[in-house]
Amino acid sequence: MIELSEELLLRMYYKMNLARSFEEKVEELFKQHTVDEIAYLSRGEEATGVIAGLALQKGDLVSMTHRSHSQAIGFGLDVNLMMAELLGKSTGYCRGKGGPLHLADLENGNLGANGIVGGGFTLACGAALTQKHKKTGKVVLCFAGDGATNEGSFHEALNLASVWKLPLVFLIENNLYGMSTPIAKHMHIENISDRSTSYDMPGITIDGTDFLEVYDVMTKSLRYARAGRGPVLVEAKTYRYCGHSSDDVQLYRSKEELQEWQKKDPILKLKNYLQENRVFTGKQMETIVDEAKSAIEQAVEFAMESPVPDITAVLEDIYA
Amino acid sequence: METNEIKKMSYRDAIRLGLTEEMREDEEVIFLGEDIGLYGGAYNVSAGMIDEFGEARVIDTPISEAALVGTAVGAAMTGLRPVCELMNIDFITLGMDALVNQAAKMRYMFGGQAQVPLVLRLPAGTGFGAGAQHSQSLEAWFCHVPGLKVVTPSTPAQAKGLIKAAIRDNNPVCFIEHKALYQAEGPVPLDPDYLVEIGKTVIERPGKDVTIVTYGTLLAKAMEAAAFLAEEGIEVEIINPVTLYPMEIEPIVESVIKTGRLIVAHEAPKTGGVGGEIVARIAESEAFDYLNAPILRLGGLDVPIPYSRELEASVVPQRNEFVHGVYRLLNRE
Repeated sequence: MIELSEELLLRMYYKMNLARSFEEKVEELFKQHTVDEIAYLSRGEEATGVIAGLALQKGDLVSMTHRSHSQAIGFGLDVNLMMAELLGKSTGYCRGKGGPLHLADLENGNLGANGIVGGGFTLACGAALTQKHKKTGKVVLCFAGDGATNEGSFHEALNLASVWKLPLVFLIENNLYGMSTPIAKHMHIENISDRSTSYDMPGITIDGTDFLEVYDVMTKSLRYARAGRGPVLVEAKTYRYCGHSSDDVQLYRSKEELQEWQKKDPILKLKNYLQENRVFTGKQMETIVDEAKSAIEQAVEFAMESPVPDITAVLEDIYA
Repeated sequence: METNEIKKMSYRDAIRLGLTEEMREDEEVIFLGEDIGLYGGAYNVSAGMIDEFGEARVIDTPISEAALVGTAVGAAMTGLRPVCELMNIDFITLGMDALVNQAAKMRYMFGGQAQVPLVLRLPAGTGFGAGAQHSQSLEAWFCHVPGLKVVTPSTPAQAKGLIKAAIRDNNPVCFIEHKALYQAEGPVPLDPDYLVEIGKTVIERPGKDVTIVTYGTLLAKAMEAAAFLAEEGIEVEIINPVTLYPMEIEPIVESVIKTGRLIVAHEAPKTGGVGGEIVARIAESEAFDYLNAPILRLGGLDVPIPYSRELEASVVPQRNEFVHGVYRLLNRE
């Protein structure tokens, strides 16, 4: 296992709480009709989105899914600008023209969330080709869900990345449902990482609720890809506490199943670890959680006070 | 190297020359496609290029069009300037998501953050008995997607100048090359700074009696028809949009104001074709008041392209249809 510094553990705990608070707030705003767009929440999946982002090095790139909030916060996106984008404000990452499905920060290597399931696989290949071509030493992290691995683009991308030995790590957040369809009804294998065999790349299945395992495996996978040895497929088994989107009544799963997974909550796991190993005092941990909550309150304030886009923006940026 | 030299060469060689010049000029231009390396491309457009630029820049891909186009888009948004060859335009169906949902919209939906300098080379059209899945003219599809640019050269000179301009453009450009023109020869400027500006409609032949708007193989057919009609004293004005989207419509409006008669022609099926859009925009413009005859569309029949050469030729407009069309508009039939 890779050693975790106190500073890193602090960042993990802060950012996982930041992601959780962000989404709790988004849900609240949605219920108040402040957020109009359908939001795709990832509560319960913080250990994959946040921790994988923390395993990256400066300059590494990331391609996100439609369920991108934890991924974005892990990568280092600013919650003020994220919240402003969700509220459709001109101060948002995409100046109010993208919304939750298209959060992106190109300048810093965030290639964006994607409204097309499986849309990011091949873009990530291209971004990795650029790194290889320019010999930057940077790696691309491509997030996707379990359902996306049934898209043709997944198989085309894995094959191409393998043949070209691209510096690319695919992280599949397997939350056991493709929208409402349970995984057993959409693929006939137990582990998605088995699909790596066809493309002769390492494939690993991990517990996606465990920050230690995610950080360890992601760090090693990124190192492997950075060394020019080719891509890696990581599957993290996890669970989303919310429905697919904000209008999902969740007829397809039981409350008991949800409660079972909530016992394995990723933030709770980290909290227990921090307590058992006496990394922080209870008071320190409370402060971290409060700071995360207050950062989100500030983000909402920032977003609420921000102006809506000027109507002239409608005709801007169609072409470069 | 400045030069005023003009050399006669084929449309195919002109595309290769333009692409080669840009790759020499800019290290960030890479070329991706199926069998474009040693094989030289299905239509021999890239013959020999791998010898000059090597496998790192002339890159053979698996037969995976979704990955081919998507990889090119991802490379373009992170600092390279990829040129992609689709073996036939028909195969873009397999790569359409990356083009339409990603490349075209990225700059807009990311609030101006992204730049996608990408060229898709798309060999199109009939004339080879290649059947329904290798002969289509799909340009209208792309003209319905804001964010894309759609260009099509009809002569070797345009082919060279336009591929260069497309590569230098910072947007996704669909570069539609007509397969039946690959062998066509014509004068091509050797000046490496010779460009054909994207977004400029060209008057190919001035005239005063009837306006014909067309492109691709039909341009040569229209020119032949115009030469024939000139013998009878009929002066046809021929306009080639070159950039099909976003199209510069003003020269067409002005021409129709002058002639009062308009024929719009393309190989693509008439229904939903680019011609319909041109006609609609003329109908909306002041040129409408100057029309002396109904507008005529010459388009491909609304059928899949058949295999037999006789059948194939019957589904796309031919020279005589231009002649008869002009007569009809002039009430001489």
